[in-house]
Amino acid sequence: MIRIDSVTKRYPDGTVAVDRLSLEIPDRSITVLVGPSGCGKTTTLRMINRMVEPSEGAITLDGVDISRQPVNSLRRSMGYVIQNAGLFQHRTIVDNIATVPRLLGWNKARARSRARELMERVGLDGSLAKRYPYQLSGGQQQRVGVARALAADPPVLLMDEPFSAVDPIVRKGLQEELLRIQDELGKTIVFVTHDIDEAIRLGSMVAVMRTGGRLAQFAPPAELLSSPADTFVEDFLGVDRGIRRLSFFTSETLELEKTPIVAVDATAEQIASRSTSETPYLLVTGLDGRPLGWSEPGDLVAGDITPEQLLSYGHPFEYGRDSLRAALDAAVLSPTGWAVAVDGAGRAAGVVSQQTIGEAIRAAHAKGLTDAKVAG
Amino acid sequence: MNVLNFIQAFFSDGSHWHGYDGIPTRVAEHIQYSLQALAIAAAIGLPIGLVTGHYGRGGNTLALVATGSRSLPTFGLLVLMVTWLGFGLTPVMIPLVVLAIPPVLVTTYEAVRSVDPSPVDAARGMGMHESRILFQVELPGALPLILGGLRSAAIQIVSTATIAAYVGLGGLGRYIIDGLYQRNYEKVVGGATLVALMALVTIGVFWAISRITVSPGVRRSG
Repeated sequence: MIRIDSVTKRYPDGTVAVDRLSLEIPDRSITVLVGPSGCGKTTTLRMINRMVEPSEGAITLDGVDISRQPVNSLRRSMGYVIQNAGLFQHRTIVDNIATVPRLLGWNKARARSRARELMERVGLDGSLAKRYPYQLSGGQQQRVGVARALAADPPVLLMDEPFSAVDPIVRKGLQEELLRIQDELGKTIVFVTHDIDEAIRLGSMVAVMRTGGRLAQFAPPAELLSSPADTFVEDFLGVDRGIRRLSFFTSETLELEKTPIVAVDATAEQIASRSTSETPYLLVTGLDGRPLGWSEPGDLVAGDITPEQLLSYGHPFEYGRDSLRAALDAAVLSPTGWAVAVDGAGRAAGVVSQQTIGEAIRAAHAKGLTDAKVAG
Repeated sequence: MNVLNFIQAFFSDGSHWHGYDGIPTRVAEHIQYSLQALAIAAAIGLPIGLVTGHYGRGGNTLALVATGSRSLPTFGLLVLMVTWLGFGLTPVMIPLVVLAIPPVLVTTYEAVRSVDPSPVDAARGMGMHESRILFQVELPGALPLILGGLRSAAIQIVSTATIAAYVGLGGLGRYIIDGLYQRNYEKVVGGATLVALMALVTIGVFWAISRITVSPGVRRSG
């Protein structure tokens, strides 16, 4: 465990970058430091590998004060990923990744085979091994940066705004990749970002820092969204924190309506029997069970249903796997106001109204409150 | 008679191709002086430029030293050194080295300073020793510029090494000075042509060195 114990960083000109910060960073999970620029989050990260030395206080790693450890061996035991990757332009991709193993005295062949292993792990094609960094896209370079940090299999990974310089789509891919890698490897990751969405997406624990280097709140993301410590944290979370919090509630609690669904080859009796007064629309599915679209029952002629006559259903949500946020979004985007739930194979599992989702949200909140009371 | 005729006459004269005053001997001497001066200038300029560039300190002092030594007239320095030290190779080397240090020193300093700071930060964060950072991260990135500095120093040395002849030494300056003294313009032009050719060869040699030593990753990205 990394323990930051009332650490202050004061520069010679009197600026205080970090002010009596105390944090306990749990093992084998992602802890995110987030805050506006100038809040000391990067300085805090850089104190963990002693790129910056604290003015006061101590940082311990598994109970040992890091200031007592030889600085270079400490750094070699911690992977370090920075914005723009910071790759060595004069070295090939495989040699970039092999850097730390080589520093640790591995021979070239072993370091390179380890590097190729890591390329696969971070989703880089082996054909890129002999390329130079300038030949790769920003997202690929960042993957190399992550692979390089993981090369010597360090227990700790320090990541300083690693995905800030890539476009949103690539960033989302990199975030998913990081979560996947973390599932496999279980590193202790300290991740710095200024993007609260990224923090909530990645962090098991999120430390919100405020200007002046003070800790505003340290909590799991769901708790951060449900009970921000003060107005600063609330403002920082943004106006849609209620919606975002729904990401932490499962859609499993929703009661699906299974009646108003017909296949594209439905008979007139089926169309008539499946129309109810509560559901003014019928969901038409293909023969494979996948949803095609909505229609009013009166517009459906048995034996002559074409996909062109159907209303779009927006996007479906996967029942049980997606969150209430995805379900609500599906309902909001659906022209009928009903969300379509699908199973893992993409077959229609049922439909659910905005009203039902609303009830599920209220129930989840009530449960969340009692949970919080139990925990408190 | 125009310059081309002089050149043609000089190079076709068989007597110019052997003996102690033959072209091979003079070229060899010229190369020897030039390499010696460049080696000394590099031995002084490169380490200082690398270290000051790495730590980012002393840039102003360097600029001052460079400007100061640039303003020293090479020929004046030569005369001064001969008066002081007598005849020999040393009084020739000193002005040549003084001439070559500023481009080597200042370019090396600037080259190391201009290396992208993020790989350096990454290297330090990975636990690389400072000397390794300098030689394995900064130097490879700075190499194209450093070689550029050495190249301009080398060209200046090659064209200025003719002064060795003033103090009785050899080299290609011999043809120019003797030719002027003897009013043998064929010799003057021939010597000058050889100096110009050697400068071109120097450029070629540096191009080859950079092809071999600069990583393709740096060459194409830079």
